[in-house]
Amino acid sequence: MENSDQIIQYLLSGLSNGSIYALIGFGFAIIYNATGIINFAQGEFVMLGGMLTIFFLNVFRLPLITAIALAVGVSTAIGIVFERLAIRPLKNASPLSLVIITIGASILIRGAAMLVWGKDTHALPPFSGNDPLYLMGATMLPQNLWIFALTAVIIIASKLFFHYTIFGKAMRACAFNSQAASLVGISVKTMVLLSFMISSAIGSLAGIIIAPLTMTSYDMGIMLGLKGFCAAIIGGMSSGLGTVIGGLLLGILESLGAGLISSGYKDAIAFIILLIILFLRPEGVFGKKETERV
Amino acid sequence: MTKSQRDIIIFTAFGLAVMITPLLLRGNYLLNVFVFIGINTMLAVALNLLLGFAGQISLGHAAFFGLGAYISGILTTRYAFDPWMAMVAAALCVGVIAFIIGFPILKLKGHYLAMATLGFGIIVYIIFNETVDWTGGPSGMSGIPNLSLGPIIFDSYMTNYYLIWVFTLLTMLLSVNLANSRIGRALRAIHDSEVAARVMGVNVRLLKVQIFTVSALISALAGSLYAHTMTFIAPASFGFNFSVELVTMVIIGGLGSIYGSFLGAAILTLLPEFLRVFHDFDIVIYGLLLIVMTIFMPGGLIGGFEALAAAINRRKEA
Amino acid sequence: MLSLQRITKTFGGVTALEDISFNVESGAITGVIGPNGAGKTTLFNIATGLYSQDTGDVYLGGQNISRLPPERLARLGMIRTFQNVELFGQMTVLENVMVGLHTKSKSGIFSCAFKLPGQIREEKTIHRRALKWLEYTGITDLAGMTAGSLPFGKGRLLEIARALASEPRIILMDEPAAGLNSRETMGLAGLIKKIRTSGITIVLVEHDMELVMDVCDTVVVLNLGHKLAEGTPRDIQENPEVIAAYLGDG
Ligand SMILES: Nc1ncnc2c1ncn2[C@@H]1O[C@H](COP(=O)(O)OP(=O)(O)O)[C@@H](O)[C@H]1O
Ligand SMILES: [Mg+2]
Repeated sequence: MENSDQIIQYLLSGLSNGSIYALIGFGFAIIYNATGIINFAQGEFVMLGGMLTIFFLNVFRLPLITAIALAVGVSTAIGIVFERLAIRPLKNASPLSLVIITIGASILIRGAAMLVWGKDTHALPPFSGNDPLYLMGATMLPQNLWIFALTAVIIIASKLFFHYTIFGKAMRACAFNSQAASLVGISVKTMVLLSFMISSAIGSLAGIIIAPLTMTSYDMGIMLGLKGFCAAIIGGMSSGLGTVIGGLLLGILESLGAGLISSGYKDAIAFIILLIILFLRPEGVFGKKETERV
Repeated sequence: MTKSQRDIIIFTAFGLAVMITPLLLRGNYLLNVFVFIGINTMLAVALNLLLGFAGQISLGHAAFFGLGAYISGILTTRYAFDPWMAMVAAALCVGVIAFIIGFPILKLKGHYLAMATLGFGIIVYIIFNETVDWTGGPSGMSGIPNLSLGPIIFDSYMTNYYLIWVFTLLTMLLSVNLANSRIGRALRAIHDSEVAARVMGVNVRLLKVQIFTVSALISALAGSLYAHTMTFIAPASFGFNFSVELVTMVIIGGLGSIYGSFLGAAILTLLPEFLRVFHDFDIVIYGLLLIVMTIFMPGGLIGGFEALAAAINRRKEA
Repeated sequence: MLSLQRITKTFGGVTALEDISFNVESGAITGVIGPNGAGKTTLFNIATGLYSQDTGDVYLGGQNISRLPPERLARLGMIRTFQNVELFGQMTVLENVMVGLHTKSKSGIFSCAFKLPGQIREEKTIHRRALKWLEYTGITDLAGMTAGSLPFGKGRLLEIARALASEPRIILMDEPAAGLNSRETMGLAGLIKKIRTSGITIVLVEHDMELVMDVCDTVVVLNLGHKLAEGTPRDIQENPEVIAAYLGDG
């Protein structure tokens, strides 16, 4: 039974990482749908979430919950600044300039984090202790439960937001047809800003809940961001549930691959999946095809 | 004076300046920096063919550079290849790889193309790190032999300088030629309107793959030269950060400008040297430069100079 | 020359074209008219290989070209202009026309990079011929300007010059008069007639009825993806269904 216990263990850790990828992928999809931009800086907000929480916790000795709230607040503020300074000035920018701008922002944020916090890795204490729980022969940390629960809450909350609030509906209208949306009086600019706010908030939350498990450092955002993107691509960049499934699938494949094949190639797995999907179905597994207008 | 005559004059002047520079430089340290400027110029020009001309981004070009270096390194240290032969083999291998992956990759556009090339770059980077038996893993590979030509062995700063710059100048010359030709125009046409280019009879798909292949091949040559001049290589030189740095060089200099790529390469190579005091500041500055240049100076430095010159001319006429 | 047979095209749920057939006579000017959204541009996109039709076939001079990509069709002598002017905005006017000569030249990457003798000769020919087409369309004085900075009317002319440079057998123009003032439109009418005289077949999508009635030999009317009528300009003008479609459209 040794072997199947192992598999369960891999599945568990895969699901937990996968939840994080799903959250990050959500951030990508929200901005992409509002603006058509793929925000290469998405991963940096994940890093900011973890680093800022640790910072508020250690330097200001704030209680965990306050530190988390502040970290999410500051990350969101940085998201706003980013949108106002780097995205809004560009009208009708080509995808090429947008790629470059968001990469620039990602380097800038990462570099600034390194200057402020140095190159060391930092640990955030787990939200509720380190005593392992046992499940079907596999062990699990309470933090894993936190991850599952909070991911579910965030995703359900954003679903509710998009379907039942006036802002959420307006954002969906914008994503569907921004011209028509502005004709009925929706401010597209506000919606773009809002999308950056929401996705930086979700990104930072993802960074916070994973921080106790993975250690946090200034450069953790690159890989996590890219894997989140991979999750979003599997989900077709649009359908909410698709991204969740994409994230979980990626997490599981990665964890199984690392466990059963080779841990050194763990990070390569996400990118191989990414390439295969882009090559075979650029519109994503759950997306649909469109004809480019001429 | 026709455009092509002007091109010849500018290139000759630039080439002469490059040739006499070492005579003016004091000390090996600066000479070595200029060797790096040469390699980076070669890489930036290669990327510019793809990014500046055809408008297709690659965030994985460091991988081609690295593949060139490692293939050369492995063939010479393990299989006793002559370094020149290894260099040819490396360039050809990478050319073939680029041609094959070029078809599926360049079907993608914009953000997706960026992600796919990035993914490719990271996979290659992981392979460099993990195939320890071949590459020496993260700690690198040493003892790569120098190139030699008859009695000359390229093992000093001075000889390396001339070795590298001969290749770099050649790359620049060929790229300038290409820019003002049927193919160069077709590439720029793709950049501006892919549909219109196709309707005018440009085989967009094939041409993109061809220029991607040429660009990768030149990068591999640069990698091979790098391996044989440094004699030591490690994966850290060929990661995502360096891919981004190459893109930054091209953007700063100006998309589509060959001399701009030199300028971008020179600035980005010198910057960390000047910023040594503020160690680690360079990365923040790259980020700022990328954002500021894209928003305020989309033509890069060369584009900026041209706009300035035009403005001064107008002032004079008025 | 060009023959469309039973073309149907849908986008998601929208039927843009349904069972459209007609022939374009060699050497003639065929007009395609119809209210906005009738499917005219879609028809051009299918004919030039940018979109693929759901069913039906396209023939060019007897050859079935249904599945050929646009770059092949350019070589077969079919070229087009765009409703929303697709110029190479960052290139000069002259360079735009030089791209038009792409199919008339053959140097590859290698000979261009090494400036082989054949390439130098070819480049001279391209240059000379491009200048000729600028003159033909009357925009020689703009040769050095960046195409992106051209006034709209000149951009339309440049698109035609670029198309002509490929020496097509047939040229498809999508609303070439849209956005032009009346003097420019008159000039365009003259140019279109001149092109026809040189033996090139023309298909013209246009809203300017005066222009259509002036230059076209045959007119095809589309409405909501259906072919409403086909005939001489005079027949079409008097066709009650056509009048109704236009009035209904407002
Ligand atoms: N790429 C596309 N995707 C979806 N619908 C399209 C596309 N191209 C055209 N259509 C639709 O097809 C119909 C015909 O459009 P079009 O051919 O542009 O008309 P016209 O040129 O006659 O004004 C319209 O309803 C339009 O919305
Ligand atoms: Mg139309």
